[in-house]
Formats: sequence, structure tokens, C-alpha cells
Amino acid sequence: MELPADVKKRLTLPFEEHFYAGHTACQGCGAALGLRYVLKAYGGKAIFTIPACCSTIIAGPWPYTALNAPLFHTAFETTGAVISGIEAALKAKGYKVKGEDGIMVVGWAGDGGTADIGLQALSGFLERGHDALYIMYDNEAYMNTGIQRSSSTPYGAWTTNTPGGKKHFLEQRPKKKVIDIVIAHKPAYAATASVAYPEDFMRKLKKAQTIKGPSFIQLFAPCPTGWRSPTDKSIEIARLAVQTAYFPLFEYENGKYKINMPSPNKEPKPLEEYLKLQGRFKYMTKEDIEILQEWVLKEWEELKKKAELFG
Amino acid sequence: MPKKVVSGNYAAAYAAKHARVEVVAAYPITPQTSIIEKIAEFIANGEVENLQYVPVESEHSAMAACIGASATGARAFTATSAQGLALMHEMLHWAAGARLPIVMVDVNRAMAPPWSVWDDQTDSLAQRDTGWLQFYAENNQEVYDGVLMAFKIAEHEKVNLPVMVVESAFILSHTYDVVDMPEQEEIDEFLPPRKPLYTLTDFENPFSVGALGTPADYYEFRYKIAKAMEEAKKVIKEVGKEYGERFGRDYSQMIELYKTDDAEIVFMGMGSLMGTVKEAVDMLRSEGYKVGAAKVRWFRPFPKEELYELAKNVEGIAVLDRNFSFGQEGILFNEAKGVLYNTDAKPIMKNYIVGLGGRDLTVNDVKTIAKNMREIIQKGKLDREIEWYHLKR
Ligand SMILES: Cc1ncc(C[n+]2csc(CCOP(=O)(O)OP(=O)(O)O)c2C)c(N)n1
Ligand code: SF4
Repeated sequence: MELPADVKKRLTLPFEEHFYAGHTACQGCGAALGLRYVLKAYGGKAIFTIPACCSTIIAGPWPYTALNAPLFHTAFETTGAVISGIEAALKAKGYKVKGEDGIMVVGWAGDGGTADIGLQALSGFLERGHDALYIMYDNEAYMNTGIQRSSSTPYGAWTTNTPGGKKHFLEQRPKKKVIDIVIAHKPAYAATASVAYPEDFMRKLKKAQTIKGPSFIQLFAPCPTGWRSPTDKSIEIARLAVQTAYFPLFEYENGKYKINMPSPNKEPKPLEEYLKLQGRFKYMTKEDIEILQEWVLKEWEELKKKAELFG
Repeated sequence: MPKKVVSGNYAAAYAAKHARVEVVAAYPITPQTSIIEKIAEFIANGEVENLQYVPVESEHSAMAACIGASATGARAFTATSAQGLALMHEMLHWAAGARLPIVMVDVNRAMAPPWSVWDDQTDSLAQRDTGWLQFYAENNQEVYDGVLMAFKIAEHEKVNLPVMVVESAFILSHTYDVVDMPEQEEIDEFLPPRKPLYTLTDFENPFSVGALGTPADYYEFRYKIAKAMEEAKKVIKEVGKEYGERFGRDYSQMIELYKTDDAEIVFMGMGSLMGTVKEAVDMLRSEGYKVGAAKVRWFRPFPKEELYELAKNVEGIAVLDRNFSFGQEGILFNEAKGVLYNTDAKPIMKNYIVGLGGRDLTVNDVKTIAKNMREIIQKGKLDREIEWYHLKR
């Protein structure tokens, strides 16, 4: 289809769709949106690996597929290993991997499949230096099995196995910083991204395509079902996560950190603005909110320091 | 034909090299380690081209990486033992379910605890229901031949299932023996490059592998694997025959029969212990015992028809199991009895549990078993169904 001239001017994302209508995500699903952008970025010349997670379902049951790309569904904890094997096979067979005309090998896994059960395979993949991209879409819980906590679930969040209740049995541990663990491996490229900032995400995807070695992107992907949030607020929530510095956008390359905030000189907004849109935080007490706010600002200061020291 | 004096493990490594494997992903474990070390040496010495070696961080990932590679169209190989195989278990299902012709050598090793590095078949037999074909080698030559045939069988258009070639810890893995290896050109003729059922590089017709199978379809996926296993029997025999014609060692029988034509008592078992058994058969024959040996080469698919033919003409079968299924009996015994239930062949069958965790089974042990079997046949009645042969009392 030809684009109207005025549209062409505004749109910087590729117009072609490689994510088919009829996929089976919930309304307002951040993961589905994220997957759509990845497919746009690689124009159907990517091989996807998806482990057990919501995206297994989103991609559709046999004999259907919502992705205009070869897709291998694999076991929960194996994304890092399977993309390693695919990359190795492509090289053995003499295919061009990465670059504008090469094949992108993409692992697309949830936070559970990355930060918990799949951490070992992720570490192996990074350490061995395979030419592939691992994307962790972070919806901060195990959604596919019905909203249980993962190590990426933040302090104070309700999930079905941190249900609150009389004893205040909410998530008690801070969010595991998977990206820091990844960076400790000194990968070729690592970045955070958000579905609320698709152009930034697209730029990072393109970057991963040009860099030699393993890349990792942690994509913030709201889940209205698990976060108990209105289905039309996903983007707003994702934007607030960045604006409050709860989920800052940055990238790491060659030992250097670079923060990519939309309004770099603005102070972070109060965290409460972000929390109040989501039912999962409604059991938090005032003290809980303070604890989480403090954590966010401390982490943010730390990141800024890193960017200053290693910018 | 070039001959080499090699260990069972080196025989496996040479076979993988001669099969022109494209991706090897593996993790070390005693007694398998020297297989993957040897393959690394081939690469280091420039003896192989286009072989990608992925030194993974676990056996679970070894199989996962082989799966990724095989789904991308490459010929993939790995090797492991005991705890490593157990850790792979989930992915063994994945390899078979995704119809990937990966070949793996398992060096039979007893499961811990207590820690043991010695021979025992429980590790591989515990993978019985994963959809893998299983070949048990008696000696180093069979390890080598087994790996080459395994690729051809696994990649056959009617099979498309993974194959495990099993050798025993130390008895084969670390002992040296003469192994005949055909010239590379002859092997290339026998085993041409893989023609995959599908590959993930098909960007013109993108599809997904392993998507959710609803109750409307899952059942048929399983049936197709069951059918492929049945088809595999024909393919195994064809390939075994072709191997014999090309290289002089015939593998057209899924059960190798040794002096069973007029035998009253047959010893049945798998793997290296059958070498000892055959020797005992020779000695017992000279003492007037009508005995023979039936070596089950392929445990999956199970050679039901061949077993039935054998059982029709013998009075007693002593099943030697170097394994045990707790709460029941030896696994080969269990399977063999099950096969004969609905037939009119009803030899007396007794299960001898032998050699667990590497204990030696000697020729004299086999003789003792023969005497025991003869008494049972004379009385027409079992003394007991299962005997833990070596038990210290
Ligand atoms: C070995 C194993 N354990 C448990 C499961 C069950 N399981 C499937 S998906 C899932 C949670 C996935 O969570 P996450 O990776 O965060 O992705 P999301 O569903 O949130 O998108 C679990 C526990 C499994 N498939 N495999
Ligand atoms: S549960 Fe959440 S992540 Fe899963 S499909 Fe629905 S919205 Fe998306």
C-alpha cells in the first residue's frame, strides 16, 4: 500500500506489518505491541525463539502463527541456548548473520523465563558471545500461569502468590536488576526500552542488528490483566514508568552507559502517579510507597552516576 | 579399510567427524568427556570444516542448542552420561516432538547417589518414553557403526526422530580396541548431506514449530511419532543391511542372535555384557548345554516381532538386566514379558539383575545362571522371578 504523503512525514517506524491481525493477546497487551515493533524492525528476516510464556499463546495455536517469520517454540528455560544453537547452525551453513541483509536471531522471553529459570542459559549465551539478540519483555510477573511473582516483580506488588491479605503478604523483595547482571557479562550491547517509546526501541533494535556479539534488550511491557489496570492505559503507564525513573531508558555499549530519557533535564515525577493507575499496588501502605519511592530514586542516582563515570 | 586402535569414546568422536556433523553442543561429564575433547581436537588440528562447537553451560542447554541447530537444518551431535542425561530429559521430549534427527551418544553410567561413574543402564532406559530411538553397542566397533547408521536412520524421511547410541562406561568408553573405519568418500556415499524436514531459514513460507496443540490436534501429533517409530523398524533393517553390504558388518537384525538355532536356553541382554555372554555360550556349548545369546541392539523401537520368533522355539529365556525399575523389575525383562503375553510363545522367563554400578559379570557368572536356568526348566517351575544375582548376603 502507498502511504499518503502527510503520513509519510510523521511516521518514522516502518509501515509494513509482519505481525498478523488475529493474534490472541489480551486487549492493551504491552508484549504484543513489543513483538509487533520487533517484527517491523527486522522486516520478516528474523528467526524467533519463544519459550513458555504469554507470547506462546499470543503467537497462536497450531496450525496458525501470528508472526511473519520462522518461529521455534521452546521450553521455558532454554531461550539463551536455543538461539545459540540457531546462530551456530547458520554459521556452519554459511548464512550471513546480522547486518542489513543478514538474518537476525531473536530470542523473545518473559521476565520469568529470563530472570529466573532461564538465567543460566542467558548467561551462557552472553558469555559465549553469540551473534544474536535476546529480548526480555518485562511484565513483572508470570502471567501465563496466572500472575505469580517473578524476581522482576517490584516491592509491594500484589500477585496471586503474594496476595497481600491480613498478614500483608505482598512482594517483599526489590525488583531484580537483570540488566545489571547482563552488563556484568560485558555484552556487545545492552539496553532498556519501553513500548511507550517505540522510536527509541526501534533505534535500539537497529543497533543490535549492526553490532557484533550478543545483544540484550529489556523491554517494559505493561500487562493490564496482571497489573489490574485499564486496557487503554498501558502506554500511559509505560510512559509514567519512564518519567518517574521507575524504569529509566538507557543503553550500554563498549563499557559506556548512556541515558536516553525523553526529557533529560526534568526531575522524575512522583512515583505515586505511576502506582495509582494499577490495581496491583492498591494494597501498599504509605510506608510501602515510601520504601519503593526511595528505592527508585536511589537506583536512578546510581544509574546517573554510572553514566557520568562511564559516559 | 583403515583401522584404528581407539577407545569407545574416540570411536564415537571419529564417527561424528566422519558423519560430517555441523554443530556439536556438549558439556563434560565422566566418562563421556573424551568424546567432546576429541572433537575439539579435530577442530584445533583443522581436520574438520564448517563444524561449530558450542561449549554450553549445562546438558540441558546442550540439548537445547542442538535442538536450535537441528531446527535450522544442521546435522547436530552431542554426548553425555547419567546425571547429564537426566538433566536433559525435558529437552529429549522436545527433540523428538519437534521431529529433529539429533544423534547423541550416551555413555551408560550409574545414577547417584551414591556417586558412581561405572556402568549401568538405568540412565538411558529412564529416557525410554521420550521418543528417541535407542541403539546399544556391544563393542567399540558397534559404537562407531552405530553413530554412522544413527544419522542415516534419524534423518530418513519416514523417521525424523532423534537417536541415542549407548555404550558402557569404561568397559567400552575407555578401553582400546581395533575399529574399522571406512574411507571418508565411502561414508559420504552412504551418508549424504542432511535433507531436513523443515528449516527455520525458510523466510518465504514462515511457519511456527511447537505451537500450542489443542485437544483437537495434539493426539494426532503423538500418533505420528508412534507411526514413525514403527516405520523406523523397516528403516533400521534396510540401513543395517546396506551398512553390511557396503562395509561388511551387517546390522539388519534388531536382535542379534548367537547360536540360538537349536538353543533351549537363551540369554538376553543389551550392550557390552553380551560379549561376556557370547563367550560363556561357547564354553557352555562345549559342556553340552544347548544355550544361545540374543543381544537386543535396538531397545526403541522395540523388536517385538523378532523377539516373538525367537521365543517360539526356546524353553527358557534368562533376561540379564543391568538396570532396575524400582517397584517392579528389570526393564528389558518387563518389556520382553509384555511382548509375549498376547502370543502363544510362552518360554519360562527369569530376570537376573546383574552388574549394577559397574560390578563385573564374568563368564563363570553366566555359567551359574545357565545351571540355575536348567534346573528351572527341568522342574518346569520358576524358583523366583527376579534374582539380584550379585547380592552379598
Ligand atoms: C520447566 C517449566 N516450569 C514451569 C512451566 C510453567 N510456566 C509456563 S509459562 C510460565 C510463566 C511465564 O512467565 P514469564 O516468563 O514472566 O512470561 P509471561 O507469561 O509473563 O509473559 C510458567 C511458570 C513450564 N512451562 N516449564
Ligand atoms: S496476560 Fe498480560 S502479558 Fe499476557 S497476553 Fe494478557 S496482557 Fe499480555
